[in-house]
This record gives sequence, structure tokens and C-alpha cells, in this order.
Amino acid sequence: MIHSLFLVNATGDIFLEKHWKSAVSRSVCDYFFEAQERATEPENVPPVIPTPHHYLISVFRHRIFFVAVIQSEVPPLFVIEFLHRVVDTFQDYFGVCTEAAIKDNVVVVYELLEEMLDNGFPLATESNILKELIKPPTILRTVVNTITGSTNVGEQLPTGQLSVVPWRRTGVKYTNNEAYFDVVEEIDAIIDKSGSTVTAEIQGVIDACVKLTGMPDLTLSFMNPRLLDDVSFHPCVRFKRWEAERILSFIPPDGNFRLLSYHVSSQNLVAIPVYVKHNITFREGSSQGRFDLTLGPKQTMGKVVESVLVSSRLPRVVLNANLSPSQGTYTFDPVTKLLTWDVGKINPQKLPSLKGSMSLQAGASKPDENPTINIQFKIPQMAVSGLKVNRLDMYGEKYKPFKGIKYMTMAGKFQVRT
Amino acid sequence: MSSSSAFNDEKGGSSSVGEPEYGHDPASGGIFSSDYKRHDDLKEMLDSNKDSLKLEAMKRIVAMVARGKNASDLFPAVVKNVACKNIEVKKLVYVYLVRYAEEQQDLALLSISTFQRGLKDPNQLIRASALRVLSSIRVTIIVPIMMLAIKEAASDMSPYVRKTAAHAIPKLYSLDPEQKDQLIEVIEKLLADKTTLVAGSVVMAFEEVCPERIELIHKNYRKLCNLLIDVEEWGQVVIINMLTRYARTQFLNPNINESLLEEGGEKEFYASDDDEDDEEKKAEAAALAKRKPYVMDPDHRLLLRNTKPLLQSRNAAVVMAVAQLYFHLAPKAEVGVIAKALVRLLRSHSEVQYVVLQNVATMTIKRRGMFEPHLKSFYIRSTDPTQIKILKLEVLTNLASETNISTILREFQTYIKSMDKDFVAATIEAIGRCATNIGEVRDTCLNGLVQLLSNRDELVVAESVVVIKKLLQMQPEQHSEIIKHMAKLIDNIQVPMARASILWLIGEYCEHVPKIAPDVLRKMAKTFTNEEDIVKLQILNLAAKLYLTNSKQTKLLTQYVLNLAKYDQNYDIRDRARFIRQLIVPTDKSGALSKYAKKLFLALKPAPVLESPFKDRDHFQLGSLSHLLNTKAGGYQELPEWPDSAPDPSVRNVEVPEWSKCTSRKERKEKKVEKPFYSDSEGESGPTESADSESDSGSRSESDSEQTGSGSESEESVEESQSEEEEDEEEEKMKKKKKVDKSQPKKSESAESKIASEIQFLLSTSVAPTSSPQVTPVNNFLSSSLASDLEGLSLTDTVLAPTTIAPSASVRMYELLHRITGEGLGVEYCFNRQAFSPDPHMVAVQIHFTNNTSCETKNLHIEEPKLQSGMRIKEFPEIDMLPAGESVSVVMGIDFCDSTQAANFQLCTHTRKFFVSIQPPVGELMTPIFLTENEFKKEQTGHN
Repeated sequence: MIHSLFLVNATGDIFLEKHWKSAVSRSVCDYFFEAQERATEPENVPPVIPTPHHYLISVFRHRIFFVAVIQSEVPPLFVIEFLHRVVDTFQDYFGVCTEAAIKDNVVVVYELLEEMLDNGFPLATESNILKELIKPPTILRTVVNTITGSTNVGEQLPTGQLSVVPWRRTGVKYTNNEAYFDVVEEIDAIIDKSGSTVTAEIQGVIDACVKLTGMPDLTLSFMNPRLLDDVSFHPCVRFKRWEAERILSFIPPDGNFRLLSYHVSSQNLVAIPVYVKHNITFREGSSQGRFDLTLGPKQTMGKVVESVLVSSRLPRVVLNANLSPSQGTYTFDPVTKLLTWDVGKINPQKLPSLKGSMSLQAGASKPDENPTINIQFKIPQMAVSGLKVNRLDMYGEKYKPFKGIKYMTMAGKFQVRT
Repeated sequence: MSSSSAFNDEKGGSSSVGEPEYGHDPASGGIFSSDYKRHDDLKEMLDSNKDSLKLEAMKRIVAMVARGKNASDLFPAVVKNVACKNIEVKKLVYVYLVRYAEEQQDLALLSISTFQRGLKDPNQLIRASALRVLSSIRVTIIVPIMMLAIKEAASDMSPYVRKTAAHAIPKLYSLDPEQKDQLIEVIEKLLADKTTLVAGSVVMAFEEVCPERIELIHKNYRKLCNLLIDVEEWGQVVIINMLTRYARTQFLNPNINESLLEEGGEKEFYASDDDEDDEEKKAEAAALAKRKPYVMDPDHRLLLRNTKPLLQSRNAAVVMAVAQLYFHLAPKAEVGVIAKALVRLLRSHSEVQYVVLQNVATMTIKRRGMFEPHLKSFYIRSTDPTQIKILKLEVLTNLASETNISTILREFQTYIKSMDKDFVAATIEAIGRCATNIGEVRDTCLNGLVQLLSNRDELVVAESVVVIKKLLQMQPEQHSEIIKHMAKLIDNIQVPMARASILWLIGEYCEHVPKIAPDVLRKMAKTFTNEEDIVKLQILNLAAKLYLTNSKQTKLLTQYVLNLAKYDQNYDIRDRARFIRQLIVPTDKSGALSKYAKKLFLALKPAPVLESPFKDRDHFQLGSLSHLLNTKAGGYQELPEWPDSAPDPSVRNVEVPEWSKCTSRKERKEKKVEKPFYSDSEGESGPTESADSESDSGSRSESDSEQTGSGSESEESVEESQSEEEEDEEEEKMKKKKKVDKSQPKKSESAESKIASEIQFLLSTSVAPTSSPQVTPVNNFLSSSLASDLEGLSLTDTVLAPTTIAPSASVRMYELLHRITGEGLGVEYCFNRQAFSPDPHMVAVQIHFTNNTSCETKNLHIEEPKLQSGMRIKEFPEIDMLPAGESVSVVMGIDFCDSTQAANFQLCTHTRKFFVSIQPPVGELMTPIFLTENEFKKEQTGHN
């Protein structure tokens, strides 16, 4: 299966290598660098690159390429999914997954990689088990370890691997027992020139932070489970129960985890919470273009649209933009031609706008493409699909937990064509 | 020492080992190239007796290894610490050892004895870790030791150690392929393992060592299917891929009659899980097709059914594995379920999208309908990476049909305006493909493309020309205007491929543009020497064609061009010129061929077919690396074609004697712990499942030798008992083991076990069968909760105790009413296996009430039984009062009519009513009989 792993940074240096079978020379990465050169953008490096003796499968995250070396047939998604799991684990352990963080914690990284794969086949990928084996470094522990000379490696043996509920640690204890659930929905939409919706769908997740003592058994039910069209679960959810009763019944992992991700059936019309009025024009023969953009709320059910961020990649001929925002700040990068406008809140009484002119390359003809506008926003305390949690019950433990639920709607891939 | 301080000057300096010579940052490069003394320092630290120093040294060494620096010269110093007490030091030593043992074979042997000792440790985790490291040391000389260790670990009582053994198998195999035969034996043994922990790993080993030995799977097939949902996600992927291949060799193509049945009928036929319905449809189909109707093997159905829930997995690889399984194995009407899940994956990371889209592209060619409802999910965003855009475009093109083409073309129009030119070129090609595939829109597309010819971007124009050329070939007569337009373009377009295309078009259809063609040739003759080779060849072609049709105007021009070509640098062009001259210019020596020159050059050429590059890619197993690359990757196992006639399905039957192979008492205990957490066996399977399994067993009847079928039973009910039997066998087996263990552990052929197996046989063939697999979906509350799971775990021991007439104390209790739903009243029941005296047809059920509230409960009685026809209930006498904290037992009788249908009734107290139901496991429906061994044997022969 997975033979070796190389971590490559943005400048093309291999800063970490790990082999699970015989060592593979790092020169194999030359094929990767070649492909990297051919692809102008890092996202365009093909995830699978065949070389004469090996196959390189890579993922690109946090400006680091994780390049796995494969020698024979293996489902590519298997490797890709695993590599992403590695990144998630690093992030979980170090807070960020940057080159610096990995270099600082190289021993922990190595220990983790050693536990995650055996002979190239995944062994322990569940974060709960890993945390039992190798304690995540914290500032406090670093200090304590320095003084006492103790280690990050857990003294206990990985009993979690033997458990029937491998995702949960045993003997969990809290003084405050809490269970928080965040229902986060993202709207993916493409809006065309005239403002009508080309496609819009809602994808949602329920992220949980559960800090409960012992072995609680939770059930979560919805007011309107029919809204959920397609779901995928954390392995802890009992599938049969969902099929039969549309109730989520599970023994939760300890800490943060994603309980559920779902897709809201496309039959339901999606309420688009913002609208954009735009007028971006380039005149033939003139070296000036006009830029005029206004945002406004729409179908927000009385909630405030927050953290609005507009970004757009302007045509190559645009040299600079001279704009004035009615609120917020904007930046324009003349190299990448990326215009970003940090709007903040949308005040329905005074709609935010960004107006001004663009200077174009002299002599260049009018660009025939129009930029697309990407919008990010957040609407707290609302789930746009109307999904509502009915109740959360706990069985198997005696205490009364504190329960909380939060709703939030965000823009996913929200794009306006102009 | 913390890891971070090891790589940080300041912290390192302030630490306990902060002597200046150690305080340097080892992460800075170049140290090891120059300063050899540093290694001496590390050696010193390793030799010290302070763990903290050793740890510090090991951390630095591991950091070197991580950066790819050679640290092999430290091997002797490191290997000495293999038996170090400190866990972290030990782990780091292991890491180092595994990395360098191959290079320092002799020294590595020093560590072996430590691991051998570890293999005997009472702690299973230490045994496992010892085996793991031992098998990772790639030193050929220890192959026999590894082999021995693996064999021993394969029969270890701990499933975790057995899992490690399974992991070790491919390691040993890659070290010494000659061990294959012995390893296969171990694999065979581990395949029979019934724990979820081992299943994934051993199938992985199977795939690496002996994927061709498909017959090893037969006996384990059903078990693997049933365990699948509880196996860890990586194991699921491997098992599903393997089972796909297996199914292709063992079952018949479910779509074999596809062409013979009309769509609607077929759908119903396959969708029905009901046995009778199936029979009917089958008959119809047979009448219709006059050939052997297709009946899905129940094991085939089992696989499809058990993999389906995994489409909901959070792991993209699992979802993809299930999707490919359905694509390759499911009847056409059922494949559709995978579309939604695959579309969901498109929300994931771009690498995942890339792989999924490749597979979707292949699927859309064969089964377009499946993804049509999700068309909009493939719309392209300007922020997508180019490679994703192009794949989405491919999918959109494959999905285009008469009904949706207008939407798709509108979408394409926006794409053409994109800034990403590679993507625009791909879009133009896609438009061309839509135009060839869908006749109605050909003219629209062509007009659109012609408009693009005036685009400012040359690449766009060039790509349009190439596509237009292909389209025009289909109906040139109607488009002489376009050809004229393109002839004008030749002055401006510089892209060679486009120029060549235009020249070819003009040459080919010179009769449609008789005035323009010679002029174009004149222009080209002027620039001939500066053209690219591909253009020169087309100029020659054009000249030849014009010479043949219009020699008056072009004779001299042609000769001029041919002369230029004669002295060209490229031999292809010289050759072509010579060839053309011989063919078209009449000389005295010219052969017979020149008469046919016109036919040769101006033959009607078939229009090109614009095909998807994903066509026929599905001969590779979807989701595989080979499919993605469209070439066979090393170690790829071909997906076999369906067999023409099904191989014997009885090979998958697991026979009774197989079960009685003994395992030790201890192992049995382990197994109990390892019981699949969410598996169905304890009554989670809903009613649909039971319906399925009934129909499943329908066609299995011929193969089952134990079948008795007492005359009065309908065929169906016999089948039911059959399928039940299999699941029960597991429990039976446990029971047997227990019995065996008591007297003679480790002897499987003992008389005891024989008797046990005979009793078991009796159970399964006794005269009053009929029941379905599930034990008890009690009232559904918490039926799947941990509480009942744990209860199941702790009591399985006593289920179906060794003798059929058992004291009630050892009988398993089922939950009728949980104390939470019952508001403090907990009710359990069991089948006490005693005759119910008031009515011999009834089964005695002992009900046990516990009052957990603080006040008394009154008037406990039964009301309103809702029973299936024929069922009867003999209620227990009303309990007047149950004081707080007390419990009481009563016996009631139920005639289940030899079915496993639940008996529903209300349990009433003075304040509340609770709906409850009792569903009997089949074993409880039988009348116990006593037989001596001889009598039993007689019975047995009678059946056979």
C-alpha cells in the first residue's frame, strides 16, 4: 500500500520523509517537481502521477504537498483520504498544520506516522486512540516535561484499539458535563448575470463538542428529518436506528467531532440571503473601466448578514483599481489581479457599495470576459433549510448534562457571474 | 525533554541536558556533513544510564532520519537500547531499527531476542508490538523466526495480536516470496476468524499474497458480508474491492436479460424483494423471453444489501468502493442509489473531486440516466482548478441529451468567456461533441462556433476551426458559406493545427468553393517554406486535389509547390511530394495507379466520431488506480467477466462440522468482547431484512442437505428455518465450545463435541421449525442501545444452553419494557423452556416485573392483544400490587403458530398502558425431545 511519504513545501524542498517499507530514494520526487512546474497553479498538480517504478499520489493542504509513494495497485481515494486524515490529525495535535509546526514537532509527527500505518496499511487513524498513545503537545506539558523529564508517549497501552467503541476513550471524567451541537449550513450557489439562480443547494453539517463523563448514549431527533436528503455519519451513529426512526442514536467520541453531514433535497427552493447589483464595464479604446457594486440582503428572515467578504479576480488587462467603498476596506493585488472587499455587516438601511474606476493597460483591447464575484457571509442563529433539532436525550449515565445547540448559515461556494 | 525543546535553541539550552555541546540546534543543516564529533556526542548520550539523555539523543536521531539524513553509523549505539525501559526511548529505537535494519543486517540480529521475549509477554499489546517490529525488520536471515512468530500469533487468543499477524503476512511475503504456501495456510486460518478487527487486515494480506486463490473466500463469504459494517473503514475498502471480484466469478450477470425485458417490467422485477412476487415475475419473464430466467443468487443479494448502508460513510474511499461494487454488480435498476453519494463527495477536497469525477465520467457513458437529475451539481465555478473544470465538462458533455441540451449549451456559453484559456478550448471541443451526438442542435452549435471565429483570442479561434472542420465533414454541402469564411481566416490564424484544418477543408470541398480554392493555394505557395510541417503536408494535399479537379488553373502552382517540397528538410514531406507527383502528373511511365488518383484523393471520407476519452474505461475496475491512469498498474487484478453459468453456490454453505473446531475457553471469551458492536444478530434487523432473508433462502433449498421440510409446511416456511439456522449456528457453536471446554479443551474430535453437534443438528432439523433470524426486536425502544448490547455480550454464554431443557435461570432475558420508557417499571422476559401446561401448543414465556419507582404499581395486566391470525395468548393472572423496589415473575403462554411474527399487546398498570411485543427466536418455538445418541444417529441417517 503506502510505501513512503514526503512532505514538500511551497518552494519545492522536501522537509520530511517517512518510509514504511524499504526506503525509497527522494529522487522519486523529481517527477513530482516536474509535474508541479508544468501546472501553473499548485491546485492543478495532478493528484496521481505515474513514474516508471512508482506512483505518486499527493494532496495539497496548508501550502504543503503531502506526497505518498505507491508501488502497486491501490484505490487512489484510499490514499488521498488517508493523507487528508494525516493532515487533520496534525491540525488536531498542533493547532495548525504548517511547515514550522511540523518541524517543531518532528518527533511527535514521526511517532504519529508510525502509529497510523503499519507496512503501509492504516492501523490507528481514530484521533481518540492516537491521543491515548501520544499526548498532544501543549505549552503546559512542554514545560512540565522539560522539568520532570517525562514524555509525550502515553504510558498506557492502546486499549482503545481493543474496544467495541474504538472512537471513545474509557474512563472519561468531567466536572461539568456538556454537550454542544453546531448546525452549520452552507449555501452553494451560482447566480447569473441577471440575478436569477442557476443552481443553489444547501449542504449542512452538525459538529459536536461533547464532554460527558463515562459512557453516555445519546439520541438526537429532529423536528423535520425529511429535509435531509443525503447524509453521511460519523461511524458512531447507529445506521439502523436512523433508517427506521430517523433518530440519531450514538455513543459520542470524546471532544470535538463531526456527527453528521447532510445535503438538503434539491426540491426545496433555496432562499438566497443576499443580492448583488453590479455594473462592471470596459470601453473599447479607452484605458478606463467602470466598477460599481452594491450588496443587499434578501430573504434573511430578519437576521443580520455578517462577515461579508467579496472577492473577484479582475481581467488581466486591469492595471489598477481606484475604488471607494461605502463601508469596510478593499484591497487590489495588481499581480494576481485579485480584488477583495471586506464588507462586514450589511445594514439594510444603508446598503454597502464599492464604486470607482479601473485603469487598463494602454493599447490593450477590451477584455471579452467578465469577472465572477465570490461572496462569503455568515448569518448566525439561522439554519437556512429550516432544519430544527427537536430534542437530545442521554441514557446510560445518571447525571444531567448541559446541552446547547447553535445554528448558523454560511456561504459555501457562492458565486455571481457578471 | 519535550520534542519542541529539542529543536529550539533557547529551550534546549535551559533544559536539564543543557550543556553547551548538546545545545546546538540539530535541525540546522550541514552539521553532520562536517562535524563527526556530534555523532560521538550522540553515542555518549545513548550509552549514558540516564533515560533523559537517551531520549534526547534518540529524538535528535529521529529528526535526522525524518530529514532524510543518513544516521546509519549510529546503529550499534542505538540497537543497544532496544530493551530500554522508557517507553518513548523504546519506540524511537524501534522507529530507527525498522528504518536501518536492512542496511545493517548483522547488527540487527542483536535485537531479535528482545522481540522474541516480547512475543511471549502476557500482555496482548506488548505481544502485538513485538510482532509488529519483528516483522518490519527486513532481514532475510530471520525469515524462519518470523514465520514461526506469525503462525503462533495467528492462533493467539487476542484478536489484536491476530490482526498484527495478518499485517505481518505481506511483510514476510515481500521479504521472501518462497514462503507463499505456508503463508496461505495462515491466511486461510485467519480468514475464518470471526472478529471485525482481523477481517480487514487478513483480506489485505490475501490481496497481497494470493488474490488468485478465490476459493479461500467461499466459506467466509457470508461472514465477511455480515461483518462488513462493523469493520474499520480502511478494512471495508479492501474487503469490498475483493468481494467485487469474488462476486464477478461466482454469480450471474444480473443484467443479462436486460435487452429482453422492457424497462418498467424489469424494474419491478428486480426491485421486488418479495419471494412470491419474484416467482410471478420470473414466470412472466420466462414466458416472455423463452429462456432461462435470471434469479439472483441470495448471496449476491446479501452483498448488495450489506454494502448499501456504507454509502453513508464519512470516508470517501468507502463510498467509492461501494459505488464501484454497485456499478459492477448490481442490476441496472438499482445502480441509481450511488449517484447521490458520489455527488456528495464532490463537496470534498479537490483531490477527492478529481478521482470521483474521473469515475463519474466513466459511469455516465454507460448509465447516463443515473446522474441526469444531478446535472447542476456538475456546473463549473470560476474558482475550480482547471483539471476539475475539464473533468466536470466531460461529465456535462456525457450527460447531454435532447431534453437538457439547451440548458447545457447556455451554460457552455458562459464558460467560453472564462479567463482560463485551456478550459475554453476544452469547452469548444465539448460543444463539438454535443453537436455530433445530438443532431437537433448541430446547426446551433455550428453557428455558435463560427461566431467564435471572430474571437480575439487566437487559441479560441484555432480550437473552433478544428472542431468546425470535424462538424462540417458531416454535411459539407450546406455549409459552403462557412468554408468561405474560414478561407479568409487563413491570412490571420497562425496556429498550425488550425491552418492545417482549414487547408484540408478547402481541399476536400474544393468543388463547393471553386473560385476561392486556387487563390488559397496561390497564397500558400508563397509562404510554403515558412510553414510548419503539418501545414506543409496539407498544402501538398490541397495542391494535389486541386490539380485533379481544376488542373487548368492550378497546374503550374502545383508543380511549383511540389518542387519546393522536393527540397524540403523533412523527409516525410519529400516523400509525400514524390508520391503525389507520381500519382497525379501523367508521365509515360506512370503506372495503373494514376488512373485512380481521383478516387484515391477525393474519396468520400467518413465523418469522424467525437468520442469521450472515458469510453470503455470501465473494463478497469472503477475506483482503481489502473482506471484512473487508464493503464494497468502493477498488481492490478483484472475484473473477471461474468460466468455463463453460475458455479455451485453450495460452496459457500458452512457445514456444521466446520463449526465444531475447537478453540480454547479463553479465546471464546475474547470473542465475546469482540462481538460486533452494531451488528444485527441481536434483534436490530428490521422487518424488511427478514423479508429479504426469506426470499434469499428461497433458492438455496436444493443445496442444503439438512433440509427436512415436514410435509405440512409450506416451502417458504422451511426456507425460513434454513436461513435462521445459519445465524443460530454461531450461537450454537459458542454453546458447543463451552461444553467442550469444560471437559477437554483443545480437542475437537472429542465425543463431547460430537454430542454437542448432534444436539445442535437436532435443533436445526426438528419438526417444528419456522422462524426468522432475528431474536427479538423487543419493543423498539433502545433495542439497539448499549444497554442491550452489553447485556447481549454478557449473556451470550447462556443462550441456548447445552441441553435443550434448561433451567430457567440460565436462559437469556430479553427486555420487554425499559425502565425509562416504563416510567420506572422494568419488564423483562425469557423463554423458560418448560412445557406450558394449560395448552401444549403454547410457548411458555416468563415475565419478570421490577418496580424501580418509589411508589407501588397496581393492577398489572394484559390488554388488547393484537395478534396475527392464528396466534393465541394465554394471559397471566393480574398482579394486584407490586410494591416499590420489588420484583415479581409470572408465566404466560403464547401460541406463535410456528411463525416468528411478534405478538403485540398492551401492558397495563393502574395509571398507564404500554405497547409491547414479544418476538420469539426460532429455537424457542421447538418442543424439546430427548434422544439417545443411537436414536439420534438413526434419525440422522433417515434424513440423509
